[in-house]
Amino acid sequence: MASGVKPRVKVPKSAAAGDVVTIKTLISHKMESGQRKDGDGNVIPRSIINRFTCDFNGQNVIDVELFPAISTNPYFEFEATIPEAGDMKFTWYDDDGSVYETSKSVAVG
Amino acid sequence: MKFKALTVAALAAALPTLSSADPDDDKLVINGEVEMITKTAAPAHMEETGIDPIMSGWHFRADETQALEMDDFDNPGMIFVDKALDSWAAVEGSEGKSCASCHDDPSSLKGVRAVYPKWNETAGEVRTLAMQINDCRVNQMGADKWKYTGGDMASMEALISVQSRGMPVNVAIDGPVKPVWEQGKELYYTRTGQLDLSCASCHELNYGNMIRADHLSQGQINGFPTYRLKNAKLNTVHARFKGCVRDTRAETYSPGSAEFVALELYVASRGNGLSVEGPSVRN
Repeated sequence: MASGVKPRVKVPKSAAAGDVVTIKTLISHKMESGQRKDGDGNVIPRSIINRFTCDFNGQNVIDVELFPAISTNPYFEFEATIPEAGDMKFTWYDDDGSVYETSKSVAVG
Repeated sequence: MKFKALTVAALAAALPTLSSADPDDDKLVINGEVEMITKTAAPAHMEETGIDPIMSGWHFRADETQALEMDDFDNPGMIFVDKALDSWAAVEGSEGKSCASCHDDPSSLKGVRAVYPKWNETAGEVRTLAMQINDCRVNQMGADKWKYTGGDMASMEALISVQSRGMPVNVAIDGPVKPVWEQGKELYYTRTGQLDLSCASCHELNYGNMIRADHLSQGQINGFPTYRLKNAKLNTVHARFKGCVRDTRAETYSPGSAEFVALELYVASRGNGLSVEGPSVRN
């Protein structure tokens, strides 16, 4: 597991049914591209987050593939319609096989 | 904000002489709740400089950069605050202690950032926040010093600054610190380097003007440590001083040196009354 990885998300605590809300996510990750070399000339192996998904009550909202040109601490901001109360689940997939998850509940009313 | 940017752009197109480098009158409110003092009357000791009001560097930045500081989620500096929370709780050194062992919650250090650098009676010296952190690490924890301008140090300073966010900077300039303050003032007005510039050349005589593509502020340090878009990390005051002196094409003092400590005290005192902003966002 890459060190210092910490997911952060910002989701409104409540919304009216049918509302479009803005969701912000950020995961601290070094996103080592695999292109750099260390002091001895050896390639520093690639280590990035390669996929990010967001699901609401089991339904997929966004599914993103990430590539080495994306910088440190990848940030995503997107909008989603909230049809009912439920849980918004965020998942990041690391090159090394680690999976980071976090979730937030959204109330309706 | 977008509308305002458009208006300014339209105005600038209509009046080509209008300087886009002037500070604006926007209000800085963080997370919609913490109201910051970013413009206020200059402290009494600055009367001879003719500067009034004093302004945070925030006013000199573009709307987009300003917006980054208005929400903790958007502020990339807060990632480092999170990191520092981990080192706050991490036990290190021969004494088996962490920061939390003595200070409990970081919130116990509320108000600390606002009064540093300050006089330490026992040591008989002016101490910056970084010096105090390293003193704690060495003498209380039995751990190794952090590099003065390193990532760990900058993050910890950010964590401590956040506790005092919104409180006015209030460093003492009289009493035992007076000679050091005078030394700092001397340095502030001393020209250095092949370009023969002092701090005052840019930040007192020319704030609001452009220096090539860069926009000169008053050089306030109430927002440090600062997340800079140009290097995507937190920057400490002394690293910034070093950068500035280097840019005059001079040999610089070292971060943590007596000279920079004196300069930090003096520059901090020029911001007495502005809110602690750290970690701020600048370009």
